[in-house]
Amino acid sequence: MISPELIETAAKIIFVFALTLGFFAPVLGWVERKQSAVMQDRIGANRAGVFGFTVIGLLHSLADAIKLVFKEDFTPRGAEKALHTLAPVMAVIPALIAFAVIPFGGQYTLWGHRVNLVVADLDVGLLFVFAISSISTYGVVIAGWASNNNWSLLGGLRASAQMFSYEVAMGLTVIALVMYYQSLSLVEIVAKQENFWHWGIVWHWPAFLLFFSCAIAENKRVPFDAPEAESELVAGYFTEYSGMKFVMFWAAEFIEMVTIAGMCVALFLGGHHIPFVTQAGLAEALGAFGPNGAQVAAMLIGVGVFVFKLILLLALQMAVRWTLPRFRYDQIMKLGWKMILPLSLAWISLTGAAILAGVMPRP
Amino acid sequence: MSELIRPGYDFHKETHTEPMVINMGPSHPATHGTVRFFLTLDGEIIEQIEVEIGYLHRAFEKECENQFWNGVFPYTDRLDYTAAALNNVGYALAAEKLIGITVPERCQYLRVIAGELARLSGHYTNLGAAALELGALTAFIYFVEARELVWDLIESLCGARLTHNYVRIGGVTADLPEGFAEHAREVFRRNRELWDDFAKLLLKNRIFLDRMRATGGISRQDAIEWGFTGPCLRACGVPYDVRRAQPYLVYGQLDFDIPVGETGDNLDRFLVRLEEINQSIRILEQCLERIPPGPINVDNPEWRQPSKDDIHRDMESMIFHFKNTFEGQKIPAGEVYQAIEGANGELGFYLVSSGAGKPLKCRVRPPCFALTSAMPLMVKGAFLADLIPTFDMINLIGGECDR
Amino acid sequence: MNQERKEETPAAPAHSLVMGRILERLAGSGALIFSHSQKGDDTIVIQPEDILDVMRTLRDDPQLGFDIMMDLTVADYLGAERVWPYLAGLKARFEVIYHLYSIEKNHRIRVKAPLTLENLYIDSITGVWAGADWFEREAYDLYGVVFRGHPNLKRILLYEGFEGHPLRKDYPKMKRQPLIGPRN
Repeated sequence: MISPELIETAAKIIFVFALTLGFFAPVLGWVERKQSAVMQDRIGANRAGVFGFTVIGLLHSLADAIKLVFKEDFTPRGAEKALHTLAPVMAVIPALIAFAVIPFGGQYTLWGHRVNLVVADLDVGLLFVFAISSISTYGVVIAGWASNNNWSLLGGLRASAQMFSYEVAMGLTVIALVMYYQSLSLVEIVAKQENFWHWGIVWHWPAFLLFFSCAIAENKRVPFDAPEAESELVAGYFTEYSGMKFVMFWAAEFIEMVTIAGMCVALFLGGHHIPFVTQAGLAEALGAFGPNGAQVAAMLIGVGVFVFKLILLLALQMAVRWTLPRFRYDQIMKLGWKMILPLSLAWISLTGAAILAGVMPRP
Repeated sequence: MSELIRPGYDFHKETHTEPMVINMGPSHPATHGTVRFFLTLDGEIIEQIEVEIGYLHRAFEKECENQFWNGVFPYTDRLDYTAAALNNVGYALAAEKLIGITVPERCQYLRVIAGELARLSGHYTNLGAAALELGALTAFIYFVEARELVWDLIESLCGARLTHNYVRIGGVTADLPEGFAEHAREVFRRNRELWDDFAKLLLKNRIFLDRMRATGGISRQDAIEWGFTGPCLRACGVPYDVRRAQPYLVYGQLDFDIPVGETGDNLDRFLVRLEEINQSIRILEQCLERIPPGPINVDNPEWRQPSKDDIHRDMESMIFHFKNTFEGQKIPAGEVYQAIEGANGELGFYLVSSGAGKPLKCRVRPPCFALTSAMPLMVKGAFLADLIPTFDMINLIGGECDR
Repeated sequence: MNQERKEETPAAPAHSLVMGRILERLAGSGALIFSHSQKGDDTIVIQPEDILDVMRTLRDDPQLGFDIMMDLTVADYLGAERVWPYLAGLKARFEVIYHLYSIEKNHRIRVKAPLTLENLYIDSITGVWAGADWFEREAYDLYGVVFRGHPNLKRILLYEGFEGHPLRKDYPKMKRQPLIGPRN
């Protein structure tokens, strides 16, 4: 039985996959090269080309994909074969699923049918993201253990310790937001940010900084890339991976970057909202397109604004990656437990006090 | 829980933990210059470390003993290949001391210029690589640009970028090219900008400072006992620089400072090298200003490598060119040790001549050999991650350490 | 022999101040075989049996204060013994050569200890300067000189299983080794 709801959900899933896997994963590979080149006064990737057309280096992602697809899928001797194969899957799938609860637009009524631009509007969307992303820890740890390589094992150990620690801190950083918005549903949180002065970043910018740091640590990117520190652990937990399995780890990292950016946009940057423009105001301004046309146009603008904010945050993550050196493992732990955790606890108490005292009016 | 705290409980025994033995290198991203660390790790802590070198051993001494005196120069290039001209200068000075000749003043200035350019290249490589290994790739690329510009200068001087082979016994191969001074000033202006960017990027960065500070430290007494020289010794607070202690060439007349550290940890080593870059540029600017006109070779065809013009015009040059090419220069019997300040520390050449055309012995005292031998002292008990900056600041150059 | 040398170069100063102090310290011990200051490098040649005593004297004497062992190497004089007249008298073929430096006093000394092929043993100075460790291993590796009392005397630049000591003059330059295949 094909209902409109099924079609709608399928369309949204396809859109999310196209956005993350089809667009951001390859384009981020290019951005990483090109942005680093700009920051380092280099020309950057511009060699791969078809008949002399290099498309400012965009074809490198294509060349990479072709190369990696045809690479030998290698399993080292003595490796636990089943787990070795399972690990990259366990790393990439949570990264993909987590995006399901992030709203990439608002609610619109098209031809009498109500469309909510989120794959799954869960009441506990925020918890869902944390639950799912903690599964990816298993992928990394299993990869480290199943490779039968000491470097991988060390990388897996570091990854497990780091990811568990930062999950705790990351969970605490958003508690203040939950208190502020009084909801665990990301859709509702976004809806409450229609007014610019209710954006998470306005009152909760310390939480934003903490959350953003934790998220980068959770994604194991520089400066928190101790689990894969190439000068110490060769490549850490994915030392023994090649071909498409390697791509899965690589893609998981990029998709997780997109998810982090999406979470930040939804929690702190007002989702699809434009500052100082309400939904009603937007629909009114677009009145010339007719009732349905205005809704479609508002939807497109909403998605566009969301993607624009996403790209800004991704560029920020890239800039961080190409600016900072790497922490040492114990420093990461110290930062997580002794700095970020107390700070987020302090922020929770402060927010609670502010809300009770009426200093911080809730939306 | 009560189980855990009963008397006589041995955590390691009851939980069957044992240290992990891990083999770092010879082909590992951090062990550039091919060296092998045999590590015993307790978690992340280094319990035991054994350093194994020799993967780049090319029988330098044996080759030199089978070369004519002037034929040794290309081999010296490959010692510290990040600062090749310094090795040329060191060997040439040792050979000249053995002969008992002094090169003209212009030649001395040229050697200082070539040597300091090479030192710049060596320091840029070392500091950039140190930043790279701590994950700061951008800073590395800044210094690679600076190094490329320095190499442009060296290329205009001697035609080669990496292995310069610029110096000869009794002189140098080429005079300064047209417009070298202007080119050099332009390069120094740009390199100062890059230096500022590099320093700002790293020295205001808490992460970088935390990684470098209080890691890989060594006390002053230990450093001296283990034969440390160069930036690593100066980082411990010992202002020993061969250029100042026992001046050679024209260093006695040049004005430069010797940066000295306090604690001897990796950060001090880093800062000492960073400041030495400025001092080298200062020396170069003075040299370019003061360099006098005049010959660039000794006026004695027996000891210098005669130019083609001289060979065709001058009978004596012709004869000596033939004799030197086929029999080698007959350096009088004796022995000599000449030390210069290499990029890594005291670079000493100990030459013995039996009066034949080839060296009886051509020993080089590699500074990073002594530094590397003290690695276990510096990293034992530290984190695995601390091995990386320590090893970077030791600046093991495979070509120099393994010869 | 010392006398002969002086006659050759009567104009040159006999030795520097450091050298004077060293000669004074070593005068009664019988350790000194020969000394020279050729090209300004102060050199003493001593009996190999006395190496530890001499080194400790050089390090601990407040006027000498040689605190850094800069270099340690060996030279093989096979077929070139005439370079140093004293070698023939001792029937020595090898010389262990130490270069010392004093940071505080800013002076250098070269210490040489002649050895015969039959008795290629000398005391390790790792107890005097810990930094001599690898230098002695290298000398053992390339020349086969055995340093008695060295904590870990094994090959360093070459691999375990290498046959012979390649820097000896009688080691053919083109000789192949078990782990190095024939040159094609």
